Amino acid sequence: MEGLTLSDAEQKYYSDLFSYCDIESTKKVAANGRVLELFRAAQLPNDVVLQIMELCGATRLGYFGRSQFYIALKLVAVAQSGFPLRVESINTVKDLPLPRFVASKNEQESRHAASYSSDSENQGSYSGVIPPPPGRGQVKKGSVSHDTVQPRTSADQQEPASPVVSPQQSPPTSPHTWRKHSRHPSGGNSERPLTGPGPFWSPFGEAQSGSSAGDAVWSGHSPPPPQETWVSFADTPPTSTLLTMHPASVQDQTTVRTVASATTANEIRRQSSSYDDPWKITDEQRQYYVNQFKTIQPDLNGFIPGSAAKEFFTKSKLPILELSHIWELSDFDKDGALTLDEFCAAFHLVVARKNGYDLPEKLPESLMPKLIDLEDSADVGDQPGEVGYSGSPAEAPPSKSPSMPSLNQTWPELNQSSEDTAIVHPVPIRMTPSKIHMQEMELKRTGSDHTNPTSPLLVKPSDLSEESKINSSVKFASGNTVDGYSSSDSFTSDPEQIGNNVTHQRSHSGTSPDNTAPPPPPPRPQPSHSRSSSLDMNRTFAVTTGQQQAGVVAHPPAVPPRPQPSQAPGPVVHRPVDADGLITHTSTSPQQIPEQPNFADFSQFEVFAASNVNEEQDDEAEKHPEVLPVEKASDPASSLRVAKTDSKIEEKTAASVPANVSKGTTPLAPPPKPVRRRLKSEDELRPEVDEHTQKTGVLAAVLASQPSIPRSVGKDKKAIQASIRRNKETNTVLARLNSELQQQLKDVLEERISLEVQLEQLRPFSHL
Amino acid sequence: MAVCVAVIAKENYPLYIRSIPTENELKFHYMVHTSLDVVDEKISAMGKALVDQRELYLGLLYPTEDYKVYGYVTNSKVKFVMVVDSSNTALRDNEIRSMFRKLHNSYTDVMCNPFYNPGDHIQSRAPAAPLMAVSVRRAFDSMVTSMMIQVC
Repeated sequence: MEGLTLSDAEQKYYSDLFSYCDIESTKKVAANGRVLELFRAAQLPNDVVLQIMELCGATRLGYFGRSQFYIALKLVAVAQSGFPLRVESINTVKDLPLPRFVASKNEQESRHAASYSSDSENQGSYSGVIPPPPGRGQVKKGSVSHDTVQPRTSADQQEPASPVVSPQQSPPTSPHTWRKHSRHPSGGNSERPLTGPGPFWSPFGEAQSGSSAGDAVWSGHSPPPPQETWVSFADTPPTSTLLTMHPASVQDQTTVRTVASATTANEIRRQSSSYDDPWKITDEQRQYYVNQFKTIQPDLNGFIPGSAAKEFFTKSKLPILELSHIWELSDFDKDGALTLDEFCAAFHLVVARKNGYDLPEKLPESLMPKLIDLEDSADVGDQPGEVGYSGSPAEAPPSKSPSMPSLNQTWPELNQSSEDTAIVHPVPIRMTPSKIHMQEMELKRTGSDHTNPTSPLLVKPSDLSEESKINSSVKFASGNTVDGYSSSDSFTSDPEQIGNNVTHQRSHSGTSPDNTAPPPPPPRPQPSHSRSSSLDMNRTFAVTTGQQQAGVVAHPPAVPPRPQPSQAPGPVVHRPVDADGLITHTSTSPQQIPEQPNFADFSQFEVFAASNVNEEQDDEAEKHPEVLPVEKASDPASSLRVAKTDSKIEEKTAASVPANVSKGTTPLAPPPKPVRRRLKSEDELRPEVDEHTQKTGVLAAVLASQPSIPRSVGKDKKAIQASIRRNKETNTVLARLNSELQQQLKDVLEERISLEVQLEQLRPFSHL
Repeated sequence: MAVCVAVIAKENYPLYIRSIPTENELKFHYMVHTSLDVVDEKISAMGKALVDQRELYLGLLYPTEDYKVYGYVTNSKVKFVMVVDSSNTALRDNEIRSMFRKLHNSYTDVMCNPFYNPGDHIQSRAPAAPLMAVSVRRAFDSMVTSMMIQVC
C-alpha cells in the first residue's frame, strides 16, 4: 500500500481517534475492540468494514497498528463518501471529508469541544447522531469521564450545560466504564455529576440512582472484593467479577457487586451492544492478575514456567482439557512459559470459563499479549493511558489544523511519500540530458495517451518551461517517474503527478536550454506531435536550404504547414510570418510562382534553388509560406521526433548556417535560429488554438495553392543535383539525430525499469 | 497424500494414529506396527554414532505393493510413521521431509502445553464438551488432516 497522505486536520483527527482507541496507551496498537466499535459507529455496512480492515492490513497483522488505523480511517472516509474502496483511493481521492463516526466519535468530539476553545465545527459536523440505544446511554457517561482526568471535570460540567450533546454521545465500550470505575477509589464522588444526566435515559434512571449509590458503596469495597472473590478458585468465582468482564455499564458492575440489583445488572448487561469486547480485562482484574503473577514469579518481566502455571490453574478445578485449551490460547509464543500478558490472558480465560462462558476458538484480540516492542508498556494501567489521552487534546490545537509533528516522525515513510506527492507544482528541473532525450520523452508521452489529460501536461510544461532552464535537482518519488511511463498506473489519474512525470522526464532529458530564445517552452508532449513533424521539416529544410526569414521575429510563426507530398527545401520558411501574412502570401504565391522559376515546381529542388536565388526578404517571406508547407510535406515522419528537440534546432541551426553560407544566403543564417525556435515553440504551444487555426488555414491555403504551382523543368539538372546534395545532408543529419534519440530512448527505458523495480520493492511495505 | 499418520511413543505405543480412508484402519495400524521394527533397526544401525548425529528423518522404511512407509524419529525416541499411497508418484523425498517437519512442529506445540502429560493420547476433542475443542491438539489433528488431503 502506498503511503498515506493526510492533511493536517486529518492527521490530528486521526491521532485523536487513535488515542481514543489506544486504551492501553501503547501508543502503537489500537485496541481492536475499540476500533471495531469505532468502525461500527461509522455506520458502514459490515462487509465494508471487513473490507476496510482487510485493506488496511489489520487482518493480516492481527492488530491495528497506528498506520493500519490511519489507513482504515481514511478508508472509512472514502467509503462514507461513496467511493469504491481501494488501496489507491487513499491517496487519490482528494478532499475527503473526515470520517464520520456517528456514535462514539461524537462523544469524543464533544469532549474535545469542551477542551478546545470553541471548536464548534466539531459538534456541528457530528451533531446529527442517532441517540444511543438506551442500554448504552449510561455507559456513555462513563466513557465521558474515561478519557482524561482534566477534561473529565470539564466534561462533567459540560454535560449538564449541554444536554443536547450528551445523548448523541454513544455509549462507549464497557471498558470505559470499567476504567472509570477502576478509578473509583480515587474519584468516587466525582462520578456523581456524571450520572446526573443519567435520567436522560429513563430505563437507566433507576438503575443509575441505584448504581450510583452502589458506586459509592462499591468504591469503598473495591479492593477487598476482587481479592476475596478471586483468590480462591475453590469458591465459585465471583460472578460479579465475571460480570465485570462483560460489556456491562459501570452501574451494572456496581450493582453486581452489591448484588442488590443483580438482576437489573444482568438485564443491562444483556442489552449491551454487541460490539463491546467481552474479553476486556478491567483494571482491577488486571491488577489482581498481576498480583497473582507476582506470587509465582516476582519478576514481572519474567516467565512463569509451564509446570508452575499448570499447578496454579489446576486449582481452578477446570478440566484438564479445558486448561490445556486455555493454555494453547494464551501461550502466544508457544514457548511453554507465560509472560505477564499471557498469564493475565490465561487467568482471564479461566475466570470466564468458571463463570460459564465458552472458551473462544482463538485468542480474543483484547487478550493478545503485547508485542515484544510494546512490552515496556505492558503493565501500564489506565491512568497512564488516560494521561496520554489527555495529553492529546492538550497538544491538539482547537482548530485541528496543525499537523502533529510526532506523527510525521513516526511515519517517515508516509510523510515522505506525502511530501513527494505533494511536491507537484513548481519543481525545478534538472536539465541534464540532451534535448533529444527530452524530445524522446515527449514522444513517449505522446504515445501513451490514454488517460493522461493533455491539458495538464501541457500546462505543466509551460509552467515548468520557465524554470526548466535552471539546473536544479529534481525530486520525485520513484513512483512518479514510473507513472509517467505507465499511464495505466493508478497514479496516472493524478494529472499533477503526470505533470511531474513530464517534468521529470523533461528534466531528465534536460537539455541545455535554448540558447537563443529564453522562454520557449520545452517540447510539449502529445499534441504537438504532428506539428513538430511539420516543424521539423521546416527546420530540416531550413538547415539544408538555408533559412531565410522575414524579420518578423516577434510574431509567432504562422502555422507550419502540414507535411505535403511535394516539398520544397526552400528557405526555412518558418519564419516570423503573420498568419495573415502567411495566408496572404500563400494567396499571392500562385502569382509569384510563375515569376520565380524557383517556385515553379513543387520539387524541393525548385524551391531550394529559388531560395538560393532569392535573397529578398519579402520574397522569402512570400516563399516561406509556400516552402513551409512544402517542406513539411516532404519530411513528415522522420522529423517527427526531431521536431521537439532543441538540440535538433540547434543542429539545424548550425547546419543551416553552413547551408546558408553555401547557398550564399548568409545574412539569413542567424535570424533563422530564433525564428525556427520560435516556430518550434509555437508548435509546442499546442493549446494555442489560434496557432492551430492559423496553421490549418495556412495549410489549407498552401494546399490549395499547390496545384497551381506549375512545375518547370528548366535547369533541372543543376537544381536537382543541388537538391540531392541537400537532401543527403538532411538525411545524414536526421540519421544522426535518430541514432541519438534511440540512445536516449534506451537510457530512459533502462531508467524506467530501474524505477519500476524500486517501486516494486517499496510496494510490499505498504501494500496489503 | 498420506493415508495414515501415526505418532508412536517411546515405549512403542501409539500416541496418535489416524488414517484415511477410515474403513481399513486396522490394516494401517498393522502396517505401522510392523514398521516399528524397521525403525528400531534403523536407529540401532547408527547407534554407534552419537544420537545427535543421527538424522531424524529415516526415509523409506519399506515399500509394499500399494503403499510406502516413511519414518521419522525425534531425539526423544518418539516416532512418526507415515504411510503414503504408492500411486502418488508425485511425492518426492523432500516433500516427505517437510511433512515430517510440520508434524514434528505440531507435536512440539502439543508438548509445550503443560496440561498435556507426555504419554497421553493426543486427542482433539474434549470428551465432556464437544464444542470445546482443545486447540493445539486440534491444530495437530488439522495439520495431519491437511497432510492427508493435500494432494489426494
